Amino acid sequence: MAEQEKRTAPTTKADQTTETTKAKAKDTSLADGLDDILDEIDEVLETNAEEFVKSYVQKGGE
Amino acid sequence: MASTKVVGLETEYGIVHRGIDEPNPITASSLLINAYLSRCEATGRRPATQRVSWDFEDESPSVDARGFTPLGARPPEIETHLVNAVLTNGARYYVDHAHPEMSTPECLDARTAVRYDRAGELVVIESMDAAKELLGGNQELIAYKNNSDGKGNSYGTHENYLMDRATPFSHIVANATVHFVTRQIFIGAGKVGCEIPGTGSDVVPYQITQRADFFEEEVGLETTLKRPIINTRDEPHADAQKYRRLHVIVGDANMSEFATWLKVGSTLIVLAMIEDGAFAPELAFRAPVQALRNVSHDITMANPIRLHDGTTATAIEIQAAIIEAADAYLNRYGAEGAGGPDAFDVLAAWRETVETLERNPVELADRIDWIAKKKLLDAYRERDDLSWDDARLRALDLQYHDMRPERSVFNKLGMHTMVDHDLAVAGADEPPQDTRAYFRGECLRRYPDSIVAANWDSMVFDTGEPPLRRVPMMEPTRGSAAHVARLLDGCETVSDLLNRLES
Repeated sequence: MAEQEKRTAPTTKADQTTETTKAKAKDTSLADGLDDILDEIDEVLETNAEEFVKSYVQKGGE
Repeated sequence: MASTKVVGLETEYGIVHRGIDEPNPITASSLLINAYLSRCEATGRRPATQRVSWDFEDESPSVDARGFTPLGARPPEIETHLVNAVLTNGARYYVDHAHPEMSTPECLDARTAVRYDRAGELVVIESMDAAKELLGGNQELIAYKNNSDGKGNSYGTHENYLMDRATPFSHIVANATVHFVTRQIFIGAGKVGCEIPGTGSDVVPYQITQRADFFEEEVGLETTLKRPIINTRDEPHADAQKYRRLHVIVGDANMSEFATWLKVGSTLIVLAMIEDGAFAPELAFRAPVQALRNVSHDITMANPIRLHDGTTATAIEIQAAIIEAADAYLNRYGAEGAGGPDAFDVLAAWRETVETLERNPVELADRIDWIAKKKLLDAYRERDDLSWDDARLRALDLQYHDMRPERSVFNKLGMHTMVDHDLAVAGADEPPQDTRAYFRGECLRRYPDSIVAANWDSMVFDTGEPPLRRVPMMEPTRGSAAHVARLLDGCETVSDLLNRLES
């Protein structure tokens, strides 16, 4: 359920964004609301990124 | 007139076993699936027959659609000793090579395929939870819905489309390739770096798809080595006189429901056009494999691709031409062979997506995976001043696909959804109503103790008296609720059912 609540958070801000500002945002990757999301993502990212990436090894499939 | 399409998706998940010294991916995959089956049995929520084994009698993955098997080609191997379950929603959940794999039941349109793809994700999520409980301690199994480990190892997400056998395979090859190469711009799941040996992140810091780096041939039988854009496996799982199954291996696992919908929906229309000889953009690439990679590596989507006739076109231009042809096709022929009424919604969304890709791609960050991921990575790079080869960006890339709801980066983004959550939840148990998956799933639910084995095109029943009896299901659109619901309601025992079927 927490997941659902978080899902609605970014859209509230997006709703306020008019078409014009969206078009202007073309070259700015840090759009409205993304700062908050980055903070949230910081909390779930693997603490040791280097070790995590190194150890993520899969066998080929199909 | 194009035939009714039946579609199914197969997803191999990446698997990580935490909390033990020497994890084995095959064991981990088996544990994951068994944990799910055990939980279903223990809670009585689903019948124990989910341990019904897969029946390989009619499978022949080494038969080539071109009518011959090239010398030296490695036919795919089937590992029969691994976990292989059939679910009451008609899906197959099993261990393939060293990955857990979910094959959705047969669906009649793109939206239903998204529902069952999502239902499959929910089954995987519950499997992880069940495994954690079962394993105890600090052990954990984590599934990733992606297609690459970033180190040159890839695992697949395949689409399957039932087609009319009368359509010459060479027509499919010539035309579908054009779509498969250029649809990457909206189906790509995005990837940091490049896995072609010798191509570093200085050349390709970020690319549109997970999979393009792994394709080396235009046409072929292989799926694990020298992967081809068009796979020739000729195993229709249906009446081979009437049907072929196009096994599409050149696609990404999408987290975005919208991307899965557009991937399947646009391809259904393209295949119907091919069957009716109406695929208008008569063009071919001079070097399809190179074109596939170039499109994936070009996030500007502006680089021209060299065509066979010496001219060039961009992926966006080619997609726009396909969309115009699709519009004309649906107007003239209707959507019967193109994925049903859903095809009209697909067409509108497809056009809007490609126009937006040309005008301002970042607007699609709520529906296209590679753009959502890119936007996040850019934000991180700016905030923390990171270079493209920083491990934190690769970690973010991997965790975009983490299936644990609480750790999934994708889940934080609030992307556009296509399927009602309750419908997806119900889809984990209930089969689609309008294909033979209904018969498969309902039999499993109703006669759990009388089914010995099942596969896509038959089921084997044990009535208690020898011999075992096999019911063939060679017509994928038969066995639907409309065909058999009343019959099943009228049969208390499996003997009743078999007697009625055989009378």
